[in-house]
Amino acid sequence: MAEIIDLVLLGMLAITAFNIIFIKDLFTVVMLFGIYSFLSALIFVNLDAVDVAFTEAAVGAGISTVLMLGTLALTGRKEKASSHKTILPLLVVCVTGAALIYGTLDMPLFGDPDNPAHQHVAPRYIEDSPQEIGIPNMVTSVLASYRAFDTLGETAVVFAAAIGVLSLLGLPKRDRATIQSGLKSHLVLRVVAKMIIPLIVLFALYVQFHGDYGPGGGFQAGVIAAAALILYALVFGLPMATHVVPPRVLKALAALGVLIYAGTGVVSLFLSANFLDYSVLAEDPVAGQHIGIIAIELGVGITVFAAMLCIFYAFAGQTERKNIQ
Amino acid sequence: MIEIISSVFLIVGAFFSLTGAVGIFKFPDFFTRVHAASVTDSISTILIIFGLILRTDFDLVAVKLLFILIFMLLTSPTASHALAKSARHGGLLTLAETRSDKKVGDD
Amino acid sequence: MLVLSATCIAILSVMALALARALKADTVYDRILGVNMFGTKTALFIALMGFLSGRPDFLDIAIVYALINFLGMIAVLRFFEYTAGDENQEQEK
Repeated sequence: MAEIIDLVLLGMLAITAFNIIFIKDLFTVVMLFGIYSFLSALIFVNLDAVDVAFTEAAVGAGISTVLMLGTLALTGRKEKASSHKTILPLLVVCVTGAALIYGTLDMPLFGDPDNPAHQHVAPRYIEDSPQEIGIPNMVTSVLASYRAFDTLGETAVVFAAAIGVLSLLGLPKRDRATIQSGLKSHLVLRVVAKMIIPLIVLFALYVQFHGDYGPGGGFQAGVIAAAALILYALVFGLPMATHVVPPRVLKALAALGVLIYAGTGVVSLFLSANFLDYSVLAEDPVAGQHIGIIAIELGVGITVFAAMLCIFYAFAGQTERKNIQ
Repeated sequence: MIEIISSVFLIVGAFFSLTGAVGIFKFPDFFTRVHAASVTDSISTILIIFGLILRTDFDLVAVKLLFILIFMLLTSPTASHALAKSARHGGLLTLAETRSDKKVGDD
Repeated sequence: MLVLSATCIAILSVMALALARALKADTVYDRILGVNMFGTKTALFIALMGFLSGRPDFLDIAIVYALINFLGMIAVLRFFEYTAGDENQEQEK
């Protein structure tokens, strides 16, 4: 059954990808990209990679769609006809594709237990993490404890991305609350959005603090919480959203998250252990690991939430400015 | 017994969602198509989620399913309504209106 | 088990039909309708798949799907409210 589902999903994925290449209307392309993300997340679920699917659905289908639509609102929705010849690029693509397919022939078989990926460090994590870290979701223990330094790097990348977008686009000013925007005429939508948004925030908190036990964690929770505020901004207008969470606060929050993460590492340094070794944070090493993981997941969540919302504010602020002029 | 009831719920739900999928191809104008899609969406969500709840041990999983049900029952009709309203706002006509327009034009 | 598989296949075919509608549509609204239907059916499909493979923790993802689908719909509609006016003006010119 799983194989049939996989084949059908991959088939739909290929059809969607081909249509994305040939359709010229960029608005349609953005919507198809949303479907593409949903499909690839479904494939991840089918492969049992639940945490990856979580991230792909939240970031790929949600935030990316919103940001790409924001870009289209600034640039226009028709793709320019290309003026140059397409034969040479086609040839290059075909040759590269053939080389890649030839390369896969040397790859180990899918799902073979003797594959290098299953022999290297994975057995150690699987055997020792219940004693060393003691949380049920092994993905979280690898991500937040064994590979904490990598995750710190990723968080810093998200932070840097927010800084980059802000330096290019700039945040909207807060005092423009007099301008009416949002979906004014959709009364039903406004009422339902009011009911839904608290539920979304609640779910984000659940994902944040349940990440040790089930799929989820700081990244996903940050994105979901940002999605709640983006929904608010879309329905009630950007000025209302900047009234709730001012851009000034967001800048501070984005930095605060990285600070909490790195600060946890520094604390463990002062307690005479390695950087980001949480075992010394409490008397019992396993309890120390728990405290450390909760602290850094909180840092990741805050930074991702603030960075995503900052980027959305920057795009939406530009669109509003364009509409006013 | 519960298994049989759950199976009936699931099969009827699947049947309704299939009729919805046929509906978005076969109905003549956009507003009837929205109608087909949104009504069958709601009923098949209710039936399938209830069918699944009967298969749980009525623990946290059932609560989560209930949460999904509430969420989808709030959002899905709202999205359809907003879409239909936006289409109306954007100047899309129903089939009857298109026909009567033509008649006026012929006269 | 058989019933679950059958329901899964039915939902999968509904998803395929919705995708076909999204790819080949008369108006943009039909396209959005197809995308929306695809999203809601995906959430149901994940819930079913969790039961089929005996891992109901998948349900968290079904919630995210339902949520993100709604967000996407609202974003698309908002985009439309803003740009539809521009297009009409272009056509008038």
